Amino acid sequence: MKKIEVERISQSIERICGQIACVYDPDILASICKGRENESSPRSIAAMDTLVQNAQIAVEERIPICQDTGLAIVYLKIGQDVALTGGSLYEAVNRGVRNGYLGHFLRASSVDDPIYERKNTKDNTPAIIYTDIVDGDCVEVSVMAKGFGSENKSALKMLTPADGEQGVIDFVCDTVAKAGPNACPPFVIGVGVGGTFDSCAVMSKKALLRPISVSNPDERYADLENRLLEKINAMKIGPMGFGGNTTALKVQVEYAPTHIAGLPVAVNMCCHVCRHGSEVIE
Amino acid sequence: MKHITLPLQKEEIETLQAGEPVLLSGMMYTARDAAHKKLVEMIEKGERLPFDLHGASIYYVGPTPARENQVIGSAGPTTSSRMDPYVPLLAENGLKGMIGKGRRSKEVIDAIRKHQMVYFVCTGGAGALLSHCITSREVIAFPELLAEAVARIEVKDFPCFVGLDIHGNDIYDLED
Ligand code: SF4
Repeated sequence: MKKIEVERISQSIERICGQIACVYDPDILASICKGRENESSPRSIAAMDTLVQNAQIAVEERIPICQDTGLAIVYLKIGQDVALTGGSLYEAVNRGVRNGYLGHFLRASSVDDPIYERKNTKDNTPAIIYTDIVDGDCVEVSVMAKGFGSENKSALKMLTPADGEQGVIDFVCDTVAKAGPNACPPFVIGVGVGGTFDSCAVMSKKALLRPISVSNPDERYADLENRLLEKINAMKIGPMGFGGNTTALKVQVEYAPTHIAGLPVAVNMCCHVCRHGSEVIE
Repeated sequence: MKHITLPLQKEEIETLQAGEPVLLSGMMYTARDAAHKKLVEMIEKGERLPFDLHGASIYYVGPTPARENQVIGSAGPTTSSRMDPYVPLLAENGLKGMIGKGRRSKEVIDAIRKHQMVYFVCTGGAGALLSHCITSREVIAFPELLAEAVARIEVKDFPCFVGLDIHGNDIYDLED
């Protein structure tokens, strides 16, 4: 059986944390630049120009694109022919996040208890960790750094089968309208449809990991993504909520089988700072 | 573009109109969720605040840590609406300016009208660029809150738009 040291996973996470905080995904930046050409009002043009200039400064000076460097969400796809060695996997993951956030001067934004003490854990741990066992003998590490300005505007609804496609469209649009200027448009919007209450939410977040140049491989869902994007941009919330044409850069829909009585839909709002990165450890 | 000097002067606030771009220079304070909670508790207990609120402006920001050669790390605005519940009391105690992003509650808009205040908005997710406009930072209260500590900062040509003016006009509701 192939052995992979958990320390390699830790180092991979550390690298990705540093990279995604300061460097836009090229797809997103290209989409912002394209959106800029589509704007006509002085305020929305100014907002888009600011984002492009900010991206340059962030890369050149290694300053985070945004001060909310997010909670770290770590997705591990672990090949079933791999033996993980050298200590606890979860400790290694959190060590990677800790070293990544402290070593790259990122903000510690995690509090230990949601209601009472709300004491900052000082190193942005614990990470939210998802593991999938997959075929093969590699480990794929993906990290998302999720800001909460947009996370706070996310929502889930248990629709019924009769609500159908229109119900999904209405709920997504309603959620975006409620997010408005507060969640830092232009958005990338992750949508999960189907599954259960919990898996639907997980799906909506995983949808954000997909590059925005890639649509859902199922034509019907790719078409739904396009129609949602059109509808959302027709709302004219615009960059930073200043009005204009670029309310969202992309809508990413994922679906899963569900119960005969159900149609869960989850919308994970993400701002233009849609940060994620992956590495494969062989 | 209009240049505004902080602390804000009453006459200047009166001229500002929602939607106009401005460059802010001068002194402001940083505070966000946890610091607002503490400030309001101190006012309610009749304690002395760590800084003079009269005429002050508060920037809603929790920056990333500064590297050795930096004044501050990434320093863009956080969502202002989370501070809404605290604003009426701070307004009664002299707060004049707020800097953040996003919509405000009816209570905040009422306070802005009543106390002749102004709310500026700046670009969310542009913390690297905005950090260049901050020339000094000194933590003056609640250092245990880390990024959420209250700091006195000096800004130069800090780019914003007037978000809410004294008449309650809202940048997010403008037609063009
Ligand atoms: S919503 Fe995104 S861009 Fe806005 S402050 Fe949060 S992380 Fe930054």
